[in-house]
Amino acid sequence: MTQMKESPMTESTSAPRSTGAGVSLENLVRTFGKVRALDGLTLSIEPGEFMALLGPSGCGKTTALRVLAGFETLDSGRVIVDGDDLSDMTARKRDMGMVFQSYSLFPNMSALDNVAFGLRMRKQSGRVRRAKAAELLDMVGLGDQRAKYPHQMSGGQQQRIALARALAIEPRVLLLDEPLSALDAMVRAELRDQIRSLQQRLAITTVFVTHDQEEVLSMADRVCVMSKGHIEQVATPAELYSRPATAFVAQFVGISSRYPVDAASQRVGLFGQDCPVRSGEGSALSGPADALLRPEDVSIDVDPAGQGFVTRKSFLGAMTRLTVQIGEIPVRVDLRSDRASEIDLGTRVRMSVVARDVLIAPRQPIIEEPVS
Amino acid sequence: MTISEAVVSDPGASAPGSETTPSKPKSFRKSLRRLESAFAVTPFVVFAFAGLGVPALAVIYQAFHGNTGGWTLSNMRLILSGSSNPTTHGIFLIGFENSIKLGLISALIPGVVGVFVAYAIQTSKSNLLRRLTSTGSGVLANFGGINLTFMFVATLGSAGVLTAWLHAVGISLSNVGFNISGFSGVVVVYMYFQLPLMVLVITPALGGLRQSWREAAENMGASSLRYWIHVGIPVLMPSILGGMLLLFGSAFAAYATAATLTLGLIALSPIQIGNFLNGNVIAGETHVGYAIAFGMLVILTVVMLMYSLVRKRASKWLR
Amino acid sequence: MAPLASGDPFEVVQMEDETVPEFSNGKPKRRYHFRWWRFIVLLLAGAYILIPLYAGLKFSFQGVTGGFSTLAYTSIPSAPGFTAALALSFKLAIVTMVVSTILMVPTSIYVHLRMPRFRRVMDVVSVLPIVIPPIVLIVGVIGDYPLWARSSPYLLSFMYVILSMPFVYRSLDAGLSAIDLKTLTEASRSLGGNWIKTMWQVILPNIRPALLSATVLTLALVFGEYTMASLDLWTTIPVWIAQFQVSSDGHVQVAASMVGLIGTWILLILVVSLDRSQSRRNRRRTA
Repeated sequence: MTQMKESPMTESTSAPRSTGAGVSLENLVRTFGKVRALDGLTLSIEPGEFMALLGPSGCGKTTALRVLAGFETLDSGRVIVDGDDLSDMTARKRDMGMVFQSYSLFPNMSALDNVAFGLRMRKQSGRVRRAKAAELLDMVGLGDQRAKYPHQMSGGQQQRIALARALAIEPRVLLLDEPLSALDAMVRAELRDQIRSLQQRLAITTVFVTHDQEEVLSMADRVCVMSKGHIEQVATPAELYSRPATAFVAQFVGISSRYPVDAASQRVGLFGQDCPVRSGEGSALSGPADALLRPEDVSIDVDPAGQGFVTRKSFLGAMTRLTVQIGEIPVRVDLRSDRASEIDLGTRVRMSVVARDVLIAPRQPIIEEPVS
Repeated sequence: MTISEAVVSDPGASAPGSETTPSKPKSFRKSLRRLESAFAVTPFVVFAFAGLGVPALAVIYQAFHGNTGGWTLSNMRLILSGSSNPTTHGIFLIGFENSIKLGLISALIPGVVGVFVAYAIQTSKSNLLRRLTSTGSGVLANFGGINLTFMFVATLGSAGVLTAWLHAVGISLSNVGFNISGFSGVVVVYMYFQLPLMVLVITPALGGLRQSWREAAENMGASSLRYWIHVGIPVLMPSILGGMLLLFGSAFAAYATAATLTLGLIALSPIQIGNFLNGNVIAGETHVGYAIAFGMLVILTVVMLMYSLVRKRASKWLR
Repeated sequence: MAPLASGDPFEVVQMEDETVPEFSNGKPKRRYHFRWWRFIVLLLAGAYILIPLYAGLKFSFQGVTGGFSTLAYTSIPSAPGFTAALALSFKLAIVTMVVSTILMVPTSIYVHLRMPRFRRVMDVVSVLPIVIPPIVLIVGVIGDYPLWARSSPYLLSFMYVILSMPFVYRSLDAGLSAIDLKTLTEASRSLGGNWIKTMWQVILPNIRPALLSATVLTLALVFGEYTMASLDLWTTIPVWIAQFQVSSDGHVQVAASMVGLIGTWILLILVVSLDRSQSRRNRRRTA
């Protein structure tokens, strides 16, 4: 059968790979000096699933990945892949393919030799491994670059080769450590799609570490949000965004404004409306609390007797994000841009809640804005 | 164009001591700029020429001149075949041979050992050790020959401290063929500044070995050994070769240590040149010293060309 | 700061016990093997370096009868020819350092700023003293320089400036590269500084460690250079040490050598560690 070139990647003619391996991380603990990088992390990943680990610097996501790969030792806990306990196994026997953040291609080898390296380590014959490597290079759309050296290629091309290299050994799990962070925006977007479609086609279990929520929302089957060594929430991107379970998630993924409310028997009064409290982390609170409001959870109307006034407008394209100052508290609201253009800065407006329910969290005196 | 760009890129406005209005034609400004550049580097060029060019040219000139004053190849012939005095026949060739041998051994042994030592240092957990050795290697690589000689005589000479220790354990240095004033002595002493020099040269290259290469190799199933064979050493090789070439040049051309250590007992080209300058010449061969120097120049030029080629390759891969 | 550590942004910031880039596998045994091997290498290297130093010092502290004596050291200042040699070496050192600085600093700055292509030429020229070794140079000089020049010891100083060029140029070049000279100069100039002020208050302070390093290396060179001095028949300190014969067992010679050796070491360590702190501040690892 002739190979049909789809742009930019080709159909593989090799036999369909087995469905990926299931991964189970059980109670991982890892301390560096005084820092508890992993604090009893427990996570299970389905075969063939694309699981993203998302969180700010220092949350432990990279450590978790490296523990899975075998580059970090564990203080306690187990790493189970496909039923096998790998916790004590050296990295090179684990049969996983890893894509590093940058510059991981061997500089003294051509693209082809780089991709074939894993096969060479597995003692496959020259002809076989070169053919396999060529096929993989075609799959990532770089078949014609096989003789080039890493320093002759752009960052995006290098990462694609790195991906091909990781896939060449038909690993049980594919690991990606912020592979797109070092690339510029346009290349990043392209590569994102390519990685995702390749992963889906090969049905390979994938763990993807990043601090960029945009990547995560567009690529992952499920997302595991981490903070300070433990898990905040594991959910699909949609659920993560619309129904954040904790204040951290609400403020890390997407934008949330904090607004003080009083909670009583799972209801709060907000902007004159009586709203149910969202089930989840803060639902049992009563008394002073903070409501975490997404810009699309609320809306505004021009009203000279309103609670707040518009202090800022940011044009985002289809929507415009307005900041409304209510007393001392800024609340962000998204409006369609045509409506927003009619509202000037300084206009008095009335707030209203459009969301079904409201996520609340314990009251905090200072409004924190996590860097996402 | 930002203000600062305008300030700097307009040679008239920012160059010291020359003011031109921006309305002057471009070619004028360009030639003014060129003049200014030439003026600025003139002192350096003059110095370099007077200090390097003139002596080098003098050597080349004199190498091909004899006592009679005309151009001659007799000096060169003498070098290649030896002097008319049968006892010193072929001595200059032997001198070259010894010097090259010395250079090679002194490049290979400290070269290889240096890589290991540098690696051992770099992978050490001790910050103190690393700081100590990084300053130490800079210092030791510059150690003067004469001080070094005396220190080693006190160590390995017939009345030396180490000689005595080894004797106490039953090892006699002379029995194993070591002689401080001989070839073996020179090799051992040279290592004292060659080793730090290699460590100095190879350390930045080691630092250029990325952790991610190592981990990627491991991830692909490579053992430590296979990593070094397939990735580590190939990547380091240009720098290692470059370092060894440097070591060769350094050992080949060294005079002070060899002169004070061997006291003229071994035939080495630099020492032979020194003999000529000291007046230990046979009549009619006064210009031979220049010929030897010329020979050294040729060899060293070849080495330096090889070095620059190797350096180019090194930078290509390591970015 | 392990140089072999990756530039990847590990989020656990201080990897306090992970400076060793060996393979980690959960089994501590591997680590110990590696540590052991490294220990042996460093032990042997350390022994090679330190034993001669010890031997030299021991020998220099030996009296004629064999017991401990500082006689060798104390007799140095009064030894015949010493003060003259010391004075000569100092004179030469000062002249060399001054001339070298005046020549190389403005040239390096100018070339760095305005003639980047010439830098390659300078690179090559500054390596030439390695290609044309002192022994060859002195032969050429003696053969060709006019008598009036050769009768002055400052000819030696002139040659020392040439000999020190590799170190001085590399030191300055590294220092200038590390501080992003162009931006600093532009900033200073755009804020109204003229060239003198810019040089004096902006550029020079920022390359102070490099300057210091270059000057001290020059000093070390002058006080250690034997080849040219001896063949040009000038009695500098190194030449004096070689020629000095008082007692036949050479204690004074070794003592003087040790002073030279260790004195230079201390001086250079001071400067190199100054230099290091500057370069550590300015250096950025590519990710």
